[in-house]
Order: sequence, then structure tokens, then C-alpha cells
Amino acid sequence: MNIVGLIVMSFGLFFLTVTVIGLIRLPGFFARVHAVSKSETLGLALVFTGLMIHEGMTLVSLKYALIIMFVSLANPVGAHVLTRAAVRTGIMPLQVQRLTSQADSEADQQGEAR
Amino acid sequence: MNEFTATAGLLIVLMFGLSYRLIRGPRVYNRLLAAGAIGTFAIVLLAVMGYLFERPDMFVDLALTYALLNFIGTVAVAKYLENHPEEHEPGQPGEPPEGIAG
Repeated sequence: MNIVGLIVMSFGLFFLTVTVIGLIRLPGFFARVHAVSKSETLGLALVFTGLMIHEGMTLVSLKYALIIMFVSLANPVGAHVLTRAAVRTGIMPLQVQRLTSQADSEADQQGEAR
Repeated sequence: MNEFTATAGLLIVLMFGLSYRLIRGPRVYNRLLAAGAIGTFAIVLLAVMGYLFERPDMFVDLALTYALLNFIGTVAVAKYLENHPEEHEPGQPGEPPEGIAG
């Protein structure tokens, strides 16, 4: 395989690995969406670019380009739809959760003092 | 063992890592996110498998179709959950669970 294609493909695999690490390690749903939607799209695009370099100017290469274009459009849209559904059904980011739970406990203490 | 075999093996290992979040992930949205990520990894795996079986012209069509279906599936389930909050797992949609939430 062409050395340039191999290098590009290795970069893509690196970004896909970053996706998995982010999905497992990050706290909270929104941080995970942020990790997955971006690095996954970039990793897929890089791997398919490597395959295109390996393939040369053929019909298969054109279809790889089609996959890259479609996924670059569809993956952010999918992440946005998922996040919007999560927000509308009441899932909050971690920072907001901490603040509201603090406010709740302070209100409880004041209620006891009264 | 050539570079495509190594790539396919790495992708399968990574997909097992993603299924950790699919199985354990608190609540349905984390599971859905992991399922969509596994679908995207499967697109790459299909394209690489084309070179293992020496038929990339056939497998690229499968990968393209899988990309379309993966997007449709994620959007459909997310839209359904948005309109049916009673379908969420027990663990109450509005309130943060114990420990790390989200």
C-alpha cells in the first residue's frame, strides 16, 4: 500500500481511538456527544481519504468521496437531533445540575431555619 | 498479515470499547449515542473488509447503504424519544441520578 495513504489512514484510526476514549471516559452526556460527533467524523473522513489514495482514480474512489460527503453532513445533524431531544426531555449539563442541586439544598436549609 | 487485517482488528476492538457505553451508559441517550458511533465504525469496517475479501467494488456499496441507514435510525429513535418521554428508562428523565449524571 502507498505510504502516504497508510499515514493518512493511521491518522484516521488515531481519531477513531480518541472517539472511543472520549465516549468511555468523559463525564456527562453532552461532553460525550461533543467527543463523539466531531472526532468520529474526522476519523472516518481520514480513513476513507487513505483508501482513496490507495485506490486511485476509479469509481470506487468516487463512492468513497460520496460516503465522506454524506457522513460529514449527516453525523453533525444526527448529533444535533440527539442533543435537542435530550435537552427537551430534561437532561441538563453537569454544571447546571450542580448549581441547581446546591440551590435546592440551600432552600431546604432555609426552610428548616424558618 | 497486511495493513487491512490490522485495521479491521483494531476497529473490532474499538467497537467492543464502544459497547461498554452501550451496555452500561446511564439512560437511553448515552446508549443511543454509542449505537450511532458503532454504526459509523461499521461503515469504516465494511470498507476495509472489501480489501480483505478483494471485492472493494461490492463492499463500498454496502458501506454507502449502511451510512444512509445509520443516519435514519439515529434520527428516528431520537425523534421518537423526544415525543414520548414516558418511554425513558426508569431513572426519571428530569432528575439527575446518583453519581455522574447525564
